Amino acid sequence: MPLILTEEQTMLKDAADGFLRENAPIAHFRKLRDTKDADGVSRDLWKAFGEMGFAGVIIPEEHGGSGLGAVEAGIVAEGLGRTLTPSPFFGSSILAARILIDAASADQQSAWLPKIAAGEAILSLALDEGPKHQPSRIATTAERSGNGFKLNGAKGFVLDGHIADALIVAARTDAGVTLFLVDPKTSGVEIERTVMVDAHNAARITLTDVHVDADAVIGDVNAGEAALEGALNLGRACAAACLTGAGDQAFLTTVEYLKTRKQFGKLIGEFQALQHRAAHLFTELELAKAAVLGALQRLDAGAPKADLAVSIAKAKAGRVAELAVQEAVQMHGGVGMTEGYDVGLYMKRVRVLNELLGDAGFHAEKLARASGY
Amino acid sequence: MADLESFRAETRAWLEANCPAECRGPLDNDEDRVWGGRNATFKTPAHKRWMDVMAARGWTAPQWPTEYGGGGLDREKAKVLASEMRRIDAQMPLSSFGVWMLGPALLQFGTEEQKKRFLPEIVRGEIRWCQGYSEPGAGSDLAAVQTRAEDRGDHWIINGQKIWTSYADKADWIFCLIRTDPEAPKHLGISFVLFDMATPGVTTRPIELISGKSAFCETFFDDVRVEKENLIGTLNRGWDVAKALLAHERTMIGAVGDMGRPISQVATDSIGLDDTGRLDEPMLRTRIAELEIDAAAFRLSMERVGDQVKAKQVSPAIASMLKYYGSELNKRRHELAMAAGGSDALEWESERSHKGTPARDWLRTKANSIEGGTSEVQLNIIAKHLLQLPGA
Repeated sequence: MPLILTEEQTMLKDAADGFLRENAPIAHFRKLRDTKDADGVSRDLWKAFGEMGFAGVIIPEEHGGSGLGAVEAGIVAEGLGRTLTPSPFFGSSILAARILIDAASADQQSAWLPKIAAGEAILSLALDEGPKHQPSRIATTAERSGNGFKLNGAKGFVLDGHIADALIVAARTDAGVTLFLVDPKTSGVEIERTVMVDAHNAARITLTDVHVDADAVIGDVNAGEAALEGALNLGRACAAACLTGAGDQAFLTTVEYLKTRKQFGKLIGEFQALQHRAAHLFTELELAKAAVLGALQRLDAGAPKADLAVSIAKAKAGRVAELAVQEAVQMHGGVGMTEGYDVGLYMKRVRVLNELLGDAGFHAEKLARASGY
Repeated sequence: MADLESFRAETRAWLEANCPAECRGPLDNDEDRVWGGRNATFKTPAHKRWMDVMAARGWTAPQWPTEYGGGGLDREKAKVLASEMRRIDAQMPLSSFGVWMLGPALLQFGTEEQKKRFLPEIVRGEIRWCQGYSEPGAGSDLAAVQTRAEDRGDHWIINGQKIWTSYADKADWIFCLIRTDPEAPKHLGISFVLFDMATPGVTTRPIELISGKSAFCETFFDDVRVEKENLIGTLNRGWDVAKALLAHERTMIGAVGDMGRPISQVATDSIGLDDTGRLDEPMLRTRIAELEIDAAAFRLSMERVGDQVKAKQVSPAIASMLKYYGSELNKRRHELAMAAGGSDALEWESERSHKGTPARDWLRTKANSIEGGTSEVQLNIIAKHLLQLPGA
């Protein structure tokens, strides 16, 4: 398959980028942040995401979604990176939706997928526990109790966890990991909203003797790792797409600055020291875009080792976006450090996206192990 | 799709039947490549057979039109052929500046007669070409070339000197930048001409490099007679041809970033694994993993650029981008290969090291970011397109 977008995908990209530019530009993000909005996201925008078909991009049509694939999900994620729009898209449309599609019962699917697709429900995946993403070291436990399970543990970096209508909790059971659909209002669930450095939202969630019924299990008991795999792959690839969007937008903003700012009587873009750094960054961004599209296409094709293509994309996009935002601030000089300029906002967002679902080091380690070294 | 799948099946069967065992697996060193030409050398008779059977199908230049001896494959089929060749680890049947550089320029700028004359013999590996671009006073500033042509009616008399001419001492013909109008601004007085290296007045002198090898030559022209029918494109507009050809050359040099065994295998063979199954040099392991991520992204980038070219979405800076990144990547790769090899990789003459192949290859890569335009020149070109500053 050619490593470019199809005509339909290009149309979707134009629609998504256009919609975000118009309805959720950076001013939208600043307003939510500065008014200390209780939700931290706009419910109206989430609803509009539903109407546009973005919230249900990967959800099958019979559940009210668009029935599209990873490439299309990545297109929306990249757009969100460009505009820094806070949205339940990652937690609900990507991670939760993928888990429900891959592993949930018919009842669970019909309870939640149509609502996600319509931009009505917000779901969060409670997976990480320590400061780094280490999905193989889940310590939260689920013990059999009565007709169900009793959950104990602590989760962090739960995207939109403070406004979730349902949580998907990964917990250790007798012979593996199991995923549970948990109502956040259940007794024993404590949720602390954690506003992050990028002013996007996450939560710490403490589970103390939280009782859930047996029908809260998603898929089979002890089969949670397999049920998570698709969601982690898609989430990582979309995080990579979002990183590329954020990095590229910071870069484009910087190129404009190089063409307008004058010092020593010249445009600063005339100085070779800056030209070469800009050209290097352009090259790196092209590589990151290729790696991301390659990973998304491989996920759609169900290609062998697609997970490694995803790790390559997440690691590469993470490193490149990190370079892009640092160069953006440095090339802007003093104003790059100010709250009024946007480039600093990209730096914060990229830091968060880098930690999300494994940073470049995590994915380089994964690749090395899989390659036998 | 069905068409592509049946093409894959046929290609697989044909390669299985026709690619000799001697021509599968990585080359021990660069000298084992097949370059063709009047004085072609082959490591084994099977290598000649392999070149000939591939050439007969046009698969030494898979995407060239069949009327000039090429394979006539579209991009998707060419990708299938490449992947099927990779699958059995088939060696390149023919390495050729004619295929990589001159051919694409001829297809774009040559007359019908010139294409019919030169392209089929390139495909068959009968004529080995070299490139006469750089001069002692025209390196990064390539358009400053001074090798000059005197107009003698139906022919020119050429005098001057080229340098860094790869394999000039082994080549049969040269494609060359010659100043045909010394009065014009420097980019507008250059012509692109072809001539036989056996013409009287052509001499070559190999230059010994830090690798101990002499891939490059000085090439001297003393009253060399060249017929005017060997002009490619328009008189004094050779810079247009040169730029188009440089784009192909840069893409080719960039592609070297993606050759050879994975560096992680080189390192595990040399150093071994610790008891957790990790390379027993943790800091080197990290650098290798980062390189392999960059190399994988670069591979995808090359594929994407090819697809963009086909879809006409490509930026003019793209060849420079591939050249810049690919050559820097290859230098990094060989630095890591040397670190992985440790003192074994330092041996310069032993049979054990194939006469110092790791060290010589490492040193050779240092030219990657110089030949075909330095990394700094590529960054200038990318920046020019990127910034589009007035007056630049």
